[in-house]
Amino acid sequence: MTRFNWFNTTTLTLGFAFLYLPIILLMIYSFNESRLVTVWAGFSTRWYQSVFLNESFINAAWVTLRVGFISASVATVLGTMAALVLNRAGPFHGKTLFTGMIYAPMVMPEVITGLSLLLLFVSLDFARGFWTVTLAHITFSMCYVAVVVSTRLVTFERSLEEAALDLGCTRFSAFIQVTLPIIFPAILAAWLLAFTLSLDDLVIASFASGPGATTLPMKIYSQVRIGVSPEINALSSILIAVVAIGVVTASLVTKQAHVKRIKEERMAINSI
Amino acid sequence: METQINTQPACEFAPWEDPVQKPFVRFENVTKKFGDFTAIEDLTLNIYEREFFALLGPSGCGKTTMMRMLAGFEYPTAGNIMLSQSNLHKAPPHKRPVNMMFQSYALFPHMTVEQNIGFGLKQEKTPKKEIKRRVEEMLSLVQLEPFTKRKPHQLSGGQKQRVALARSLAKKPRLLLLDEPLGALDRKLREQTQFELMSIQEQLGLTFVIVTHDQEEAMTVASRIAVMDHGKIVQVATPAEIYEYPNSRYSADFLGDVNIIEGQLDVTTGKTASLAWAEGETPLAISTKLRPPAGTTAWLAVRPEKLHISKEKPASADNCIKGEVWDIGYTGNISTFHVKASNGSILKVQVSNREHLADRPITWEDNVYVYWEKGAGVFLER
Ligand SMILES: Nc1ncnc2c1ncn2[C@@H]1O[C@H](COP(=O)(O)OP(=O)(O)OP(=O)(O)O)[C@@H](O)[C@H]1O
Ligand SMILES: [Mg+2]
Repeated sequence: MTRFNWFNTTTLTLGFAFLYLPIILLMIYSFNESRLVTVWAGFSTRWYQSVFLNESFINAAWVTLRVGFISASVATVLGTMAALVLNRAGPFHGKTLFTGMIYAPMVMPEVITGLSLLLLFVSLDFARGFWTVTLAHITFSMCYVAVVVSTRLVTFERSLEEAALDLGCTRFSAFIQVTLPIIFPAILAAWLLAFTLSLDDLVIASFASGPGATTLPMKIYSQVRIGVSPEINALSSILIAVVAIGVVTASLVTKQAHVKRIKEERMAINSI
Repeated sequence: METQINTQPACEFAPWEDPVQKPFVRFENVTKKFGDFTAIEDLTLNIYEREFFALLGPSGCGKTTMMRMLAGFEYPTAGNIMLSQSNLHKAPPHKRPVNMMFQSYALFPHMTVEQNIGFGLKQEKTPKKEIKRRVEEMLSLVQLEPFTKRKPHQLSGGQKQRVALARSLAKKPRLLLLDEPLGALDRKLREQTQFELMSIQEQLGLTFVIVTHDQEEAMTVASRIAVMDHGKIVQVATPAEIYEYPNSRYSADFLGDVNIIEGQLDVTTGKTASLAWAEGETPLAISTKLRPPAGTTAWLAVRPEKLHISKEKPASADNCIKGEVWDIGYTGNISTFHVKASNGSILKVQVSNREHLADRPITWEDNVYVYWEKGAGVFLER
């Protein structure tokens, strides 16, 4: 193993500083007593209190969570179905085209996706609000789900499904009893990804949303345009904490499952 | 064909020789194409009830494809597959009284051993108590009782293979397909499992079709073997018949070691054909009932253990070839002499080692005579 010489240490410090300094700064200033963001005036948690008392923040958070939950769930179902079809259907005319078209929205500039959705909603005379944002989020997160799930399906052993059919399952019950439980971790990961994408999104939501359906990123952005307030710092810190806890929990769970499995395998080998 | 052997007593299990018996499985002019590629070509084959039938052939010859058509994962492009006289047409896998043990085992990783074995019964809505009883029966059959609650990844290769076997047997299918079931096992476990399979098959009175690469395995377990080549069947017969009376160079070569000598048919007198095989050498005599016209190219196949070797010219022998010892292979119980004949072809002669190695009278570069009776060889037209 390489030891920590001065070169490694410096590179590491610089790299991490580059990544995390802005966030750390933001978190520190969220505990600032002063109303002026850049002037330190002692420690306080008053901005956190005011976030929770600010009804418009709470509303925006609620909207964001609902949009995220519904859009992630629907996108997971649709994206999984798309992945299944593209993986399972034998070669058919235009398969490459369809596959490409599933992945294309990932590289499409968000502004264009948002704008085209806006035009669609306007021309269909949809009242813009909660449901249009949700629809828009389903549209763009579905392709991410399709990608995650197809990556899993590529390595999925087809003979497992065939074994289920052979033992008396119909195609549908083979999917429910065998395929689904096995690819479930990938589906869960896809759901989490779709949910996070929805939480993050500002551009598409701004296009697709209407009055009464302001998501948290939209709220933060509009507040910042008026001027950065320590309240925003506090709100952002909360968001960061929530995301961090989520990520750490997920990785701990995965890691533990892995360790358990390895232990079980050892046990199996020893008992031959 | 001349394949009449009388080594088996009449009471022996041989439904294929009984004209009254109806085949249990019948492939009728089956062709299977994948796009432009023909995997199975106009194949007709009968398999009888309670048979242990082996499909033997090189990689890619279509063995798995045949199994998959029986199980219902693929349908024939042309022709019919019949199961006890009724056409299977396009019946889906779950509507066939056929179960398959997969080459890769295909155990469900998220279920315990118990759940894996009971899976098929659960689909039939068998009562819980009955499932439990049958699973226990299967577990004791494959001697896996201590592993009931384990998941597949906690099992060794051999244990997994036995779970897969138990799972495919749990529904008591009338036809069990085994696709290279013992591929992952070491030699010893393999041999042991072969005998277990045979006793299970006999005990339950089922019909087994097994795919294997291993000719020894096929000869051990099978009642009959089909030798396949590029989607066609070359020969179907009992292991002994294929070994003693192959119908072609291909099946002679596939099962065991063989010397094949090419020549032109000289004359056929009575039951003996003579084959001119090299200039200035006496033609070789072979017993045969076949009478192709003189001058056609034909082959003599003779197993290395049926040849004799000595330094002195034998007093009387139907066939005798003079040659030089080119190489000697020693494998403990057997020595294989590679003898180079006058035309440069090599004959393999196997001799069992009764004496000590040092006492062996024949050694490298000795001039020797290789001789055999005319009944020892087989006359092949293709
Ligand atoms: N789904 C498929 N599409 C196209 N070709 C196929 C398909 N399945 C099999 N084949 C081809 O059909 C031929 C026979 O395949 P099959 O799997 O039956 O061989 P096999 O005798 O079982 O070989 P092995 O001993 O290696 O398992 C092979 O050449 C294979 O490439
Ligand atoms: Mg195969």
